[in-house]
Amino acid sequence: MSGTHLHVLHVHGHSPVHRLAPEVKVVAMLAFVVGVVATPREALWAFAIHAFFLVAVISFAELPFGFVFRRMMIEVPFVAFAVALPFLGGGPRIEVAGVLVSLEGLWGAWNILAKGTLGVGASVVLVATTEIPEILRGLDRLRVPRLLTSVAGFMIRYIEVLASELRRTRTAMASRGHDARWLWQVGPLAASAGALFVRSYERGERVYQAMLSRGYDGTMPQLDERRARGTEWAAALGLPLTTWMVALLAIVGS
Amino acid sequence: MSTVSRAAAIRVEDLWFAYPDGTEVLRGVALALEPGERVALLGPNGAGKTTLVLHLNGILTPSRGRVVVGETTVDDAHLREVRRRVGLVFQDADDQLFMPTVWRDVAFGPANFGVEGEELEHRVAAALQAVGAAHLAQRPPHHLSGGEKRRVAIATVLAMEPEVIVLDEPTSSLDPAGRRELADVLSRLTQTVLLVTHDLPFALELCPRSLILNHGRVVADGATWELLADAELMAANRLELPFGLDPTRARPPA
Repeated sequence: MSGTHLHVLHVHGHSPVHRLAPEVKVVAMLAFVVGVVATPREALWAFAIHAFFLVAVISFAELPFGFVFRRMMIEVPFVAFAVALPFLGGGPRIEVAGVLVSLEGLWGAWNILAKGTLGVGASVVLVATTEIPEILRGLDRLRVPRLLTSVAGFMIRYIEVLASELRRTRTAMASRGHDARWLWQVGPLAASAGALFVRSYERGERVYQAMLSRGYDGTMPQLDERRARGTEWAAALGLPLTTWMVALLAIVGS
Repeated sequence: MSTVSRAAAIRVEDLWFAYPDGTEVLRGVALALEPGERVALLGPNGAGKTTLVLHLNGILTPSRGRVVVGETTVDDAHLREVRRRVGLVFQDADDQLFMPTVWRDVAFGPANFGVEGEELEHRVAAALQAVGAAHLAQRPPHHLSGGEKRRVAIATVLAMEPEVIVLDEPTSSLDPAGRRELADVLSRLTQTVLLVTHDLPFALELCPRSLILNHGRVVADGATWELLADAELMAANRLELPFGLDPTRARPPA
């Protein structure tokens, strides 16, 4: 077993943001992202307000900024494409630091970068303050089909079991002199993936037997513990509603 | 078969089973457990122990013979009832614990049988209490120690309030302290218990009576200390006493 906490993205804490009901946080996060995406890219002031709110929530949730920043790096591969836009875009060009770039491309890049960063930032806050089972429970209460949430639940439950099986296979290989470091050495590991698949399949069968043994009849039971209170909804939705207002003002003003 | 008592908690009558590839695993198993009795099922690898266990709550269907729980024959019409009354604890606790948190896992069984609300809370709390795991309720199962997983797996079955509890190799992969805690939990159970195990000292300590399964049949049935002291019987069934264990010292005072 490795890792002492549930998942690497989570930051243990007891802030009001941590304590909010998960479904409330999921809805607030999505609504915030919708508001951000709806904001016209030229309304720089609006993005400043969005960013201010995000930073406020991060500090309210007592999350270390360095941590949030590092976790947000996950967006880099996705926005790398945006960097190319100013050079590839058509239309009128302007000179920036001695280089001629497309104005349209520049706006396009800004659009992706700003909205992507705010969106990823909001998701990082959600997962950093909410344990994954809680998020799934929130999705359950939001009437996301039970099939989807239970598949996600099983994946999260067993991914570590599978990872440790894979780790043991690698250790066994390394012990017998095969220490794959480069792509062209991946052969034996790929072959063991087949064995891993069979083992996972067998485990799936056994888990299913264990479920049947406890009366599983094809639908996961409803196990709700706590429902979100009205005050929680009001507190958490205030922020995305403001975001929407800002977006609306920006749309009207542009 | 008329020799077995009418009031047996669980009774297996002339049970035959072959896997689809034709391998005959059970060839006329017959046994009966009295209510409240704690019995060990011993036997070498491949004797059919796990296959027999999967018949006790109708996961597998015999090609001949039957299993009777109390007065109820295990068949399609009574599957749900039988699965509530006979709790299986699987060999690999990772197969048994599939929900995102311990609480939800323990609640899974009773919730499937329609228990909800306060009664469900109460059942889960009592089951976790019985195995000394009340403090683990909100933990994800994959971060429990081996011993904790095993005890929680037992709680998932206790929460269904079964009459018969069947444990498949419960001491495998436990450290000595985990094994001791498990013994404490099992010795406090008042239900009928069938303990499938290779761990002969464990069987000797907990079960006054043992059965030996080999080649798909029950080949011996008697006081555990007597079976273990029978060197010829033990050798014929590939059973091996640990060094220094003297089963006759467990002989009850006359």
